[in-house]
Amino acid sequence: MGKKEDNIRKAKDLMTKLDHIRNIGIAAHIDHGKTTLSDNLLAGCGMISEELAGKQLALDFDEQEQARGITINTASASMVHEFEGEEYLINLLDTPGHVDFGGDVTRAMRAVDGCIVVVCAVEGAMPQTETVIRQALRENVKPVLFINKVDRLINELRVTPEEMQERFVKIIRKFNELLNKMAPEEFKGKWNVKPEDGSVAFGSAYYNWAISVPYMKKSGLNFKDIYEHCQNNDQKTLAKKSPIHEVILDMVVDHLPSPKEAQRYRIPNIWRGDLDSPIGKSMLETRPDGPLSLMITKIIMDPHAGEVAVGRLYSGKISKGQEVYVIGKPKPNRVQQVNLMVGADRIPVEFVTAGNVVAVTGIKDAVAGSTVGDTPDMEPFERIVHISEPVVTVAVEAKHTKDLPKLIEVLRTISKADPSIHVEINQETGENLMSGMGELHLEITEYRIKNDYGVDIVTSEPIVVYRESVAKKTPQKFEGKSPNKHNRFYIEVEPLPENIIKALYNNEIPSNVKKYKKEVVKALQDLGMDKEVAKGVIAIEGLNILTDVTKGIQYLSETHELIAQAFAEVMRSGPLAAEPCQGLLVKLVDAKLHEDAIHRGPAQVIPAVRNAIYGAMMTSDPILLEPMQKVFISTPQELMGDASRELTQRRATVRNMTTEKDMVNIDAKAPVAEMFGFASAIRSATGGRVLWNTENIGFEPLPKALQDEVIRKIRERKGLKPEPYPPSYYMD
Amino acid sequence: MGSLTFIGLGLYDEKDISLKALEAIRNCDKVYAEFYTSKLTGTTVGEIEKVIGRKINVLSREETEDGRIILDDASHKSVVFLTGGDPLTATTHLSLRLQAIEKGIKTHVIHGSSILTAVPGLLGLQHYKFGRTTTLVYPESNFFPLSPYEIIKENREHGLHTLVLLDIQDNRFMTINEGIEILLKMEGKKDDGLFDKDSIICGVARAGSPNPTVKAGRIRDLEEYDFGPPLHTIVIPGDMHFLEIEALEVFADLPASISKKLQKL
Repeated sequence: MGKKEDNIRKAKDLMTKLDHIRNIGIAAHIDHGKTTLSDNLLAGCGMISEELAGKQLALDFDEQEQARGITINTASASMVHEFEGEEYLINLLDTPGHVDFGGDVTRAMRAVDGCIVVVCAVEGAMPQTETVIRQALRENVKPVLFINKVDRLINELRVTPEEMQERFVKIIRKFNELLNKMAPEEFKGKWNVKPEDGSVAFGSAYYNWAISVPYMKKSGLNFKDIYEHCQNNDQKTLAKKSPIHEVILDMVVDHLPSPKEAQRYRIPNIWRGDLDSPIGKSMLETRPDGPLSLMITKIIMDPHAGEVAVGRLYSGKISKGQEVYVIGKPKPNRVQQVNLMVGADRIPVEFVTAGNVVAVTGIKDAVAGSTVGDTPDMEPFERIVHISEPVVTVAVEAKHTKDLPKLIEVLRTISKADPSIHVEINQETGENLMSGMGELHLEITEYRIKNDYGVDIVTSEPIVVYRESVAKKTPQKFEGKSPNKHNRFYIEVEPLPENIIKALYNNEIPSNVKKYKKEVVKALQDLGMDKEVAKGVIAIEGLNILTDVTKGIQYLSETHELIAQAFAEVMRSGPLAAEPCQGLLVKLVDAKLHEDAIHRGPAQVIPAVRNAIYGAMMTSDPILLEPMQKVFISTPQELMGDASRELTQRRATVRNMTTEKDMVNIDAKAPVAEMFGFASAIRSATGGRVLWNTENIGFEPLPKALQDEVIRKIRERKGLKPEPYPPSYYMD
Repeated sequence: MGSLTFIGLGLYDEKDISLKALEAIRNCDKVYAEFYTSKLTGTTVGEIEKVIGRKINVLSREETEDGRIILDDASHKSVVFLTGGDPLTATTHLSLRLQAIEKGIKTHVIHGSSILTAVPGLLGLQHYKFGRTTTLVYPESNFFPLSPYEIIKENREHGLHTLVLLDIQDNRFMTINEGIEILLKMEGKKDDGLFDKDSIICGVARAGSPNPTVKAGRIRDLEEYDFGPPLHTIVIPGDMHFLEIEALEVFADLPASISKKLQKL
């Protein structure tokens, strides 16, 4: 206990010494040992007892997480570490490993400057390893590598010392390969990890030890010693001589950047404002005396304190009682408490300064992703990219009608705390839809509604979310008429090229066209879009682009915002099944307008353009896209037949199959719709001896033979007439 | 075979209805009306019904634009369709007439007096010297057209006056004061020097009524002036003939000092 309080005092002192701060995250493929590592680090710093580390899972403080053995919420913790005679404050954000919670991972990455990527020595780099590296690099977060579960390599797989070295080399090579494939241009080759300089560590988080080349010099241990200690079942000695927290935190201090260093190159990447303005300069220099700039990455619901906003302070200082603005909200919020986070504990302090991670109460308007400043007109941070997007929906109803108002309130709160949960509340029908990243994600959220919030609910079977698109270019421009018949708009649609869809998906093109027109036009031209088409871009909605390619039509520009509004409406609800549209280039090719503004207002222009886009889509071979998953299965040889039978029943295609010792790894792809219930099916088919995981990989066209039936089902569920309207419907 | 007669009710109240219109209404099978493009503010539908002795079916904007209700009836009955003002001026019923003719329905037009001539008349401005007419709409977050400003500018460059109609939305009628505010807001955006507080502007309220308000003066003197109940209209004068200036002084209280200056006396 004494050590904990001592640390809290030291942390408060260190908070203002920017060179002595590291903001880091830990990311890994599921079950590669991330939470166990986090606990070890906390234990080493006296925050939890060392014996329990590896077993207690302190950061998994949600009861649900401990029960399921996976980490769901990102919690944060600050700790103090001594390196070369000086003390450092390490702010650690734990991030969930399960891909269903990808939204949390991406937000946590925004708050940190460096990241420990944990890779299991037995399994090597897995699909999610690639995903987390990509997430880190997108935010210009520098990674280092920890190769975990070395003991299992020795004791279970019984590799020779030479084979062990070979495995390490292979994992490191693969890691650097992934790094350089995805790293921003300026860091290519520069962020490679090397065992020699200590940017790679090896060890066993479960047995509390780790080793790195620089630490070998300190401890006198070498790989041979490690191999022997493991074989002789004496990992306790290893933990004494080479404790994991020392090794890892040395690596963190030595190789990951301080906020001062990192903000210089990270700010231009995550903030589009004027870098020469006072706030821009202050963020680049991490100034504690500059204007306030706080990026909220997480809202935690606390039964006593209410909503706690956790975030990274990029500039200025946040104090108790201060008035702050959540950008986009008109009224200021008053800060109630300012805290440092230590596991599930929040330690109240008077203020926290730039460069740190902070937990604040009182900022009621904040949601995960909000920017907080001391003026309402500050330029907000770039939207955080979700690598995964919601693909599964359930309808949620209150079991007892009297709970309905409470349920609506709870659903709103939940979507605020976890923006990867989308909630659609229909006051009239009482049917509320909740969408998430997967079956598990929704099951856990349902559990929370029942247990944490005490609302009894009934949920429907999960249904997948579809997208609408077109397979070809509109053969002939489609005319949409305004209700008063005095205005006509002519539209063509076509599929957007893959590379542009990808750039939109990765948020490489700003979606606020009005504000960033020049940048958008340039980005689109660089991606190969025709100059005239790119120059006419009016709006971006999701993965769709609207462009005006007409020339010299008088008054047309006055109606651009109305045209964009109609476009946005259609993109959110397509003509086939009222599902969102994706991958469309919508071109306004001609327009005829009434002379007087009164006859071409919103009530005329919006319906006209809406009909024109709907009609154009319906004449361009409209298609439905369904969400797909990568399914990765690791099965013993003798159960391969059972495992692959489970897959083939689910419209899955096997992309790759590799054999390792007596295990077979199957890399397959399957529609999310077919994967419901896969967990229990494969468990019972193989007696639970098969390891598997899934990852959402976007949308692909639904087989034509299934399309009509699926459309009919969706439309009936939504209370629409069973068949979509033909193009002629949109002509008047 | 049916027929469709477009009837203009005139400007202000039930007494503006012409005898020809009254006869047509009394002899038809069905009476429709719309009052969203213009409104007779000096009366009510009930009052009009009393005068014409017929029930009026008032159509919403959607029903009028859709046209089916009127056209279905007109295909086998004689139908009249009432609007304020003159039925095919400053309204959008041209397409309805075209649709009717396409369906083989006979159409007729009975004119009414129109704001387009009443306002210049009340002010004493010569209708020959008006350029394109424009309308100010209530600005919305995504719709604030600046074309009225451009039209006024174009007219002014040719020395022409501009008739500026003001928006009607449900039961909201744009006042001259609101119109001035919008024009100044447009000036703020365009900054072409068309308007400042000393610009001359004319305002007419309740044209066609027994007591219309007719005023001309500088924006600074009129922006707060109470013109009374609707409907309101603005005119932005261009170059003026000496008789026009004199008329503004007599009909519209243009201050003598300004009138002198304009006549370069």
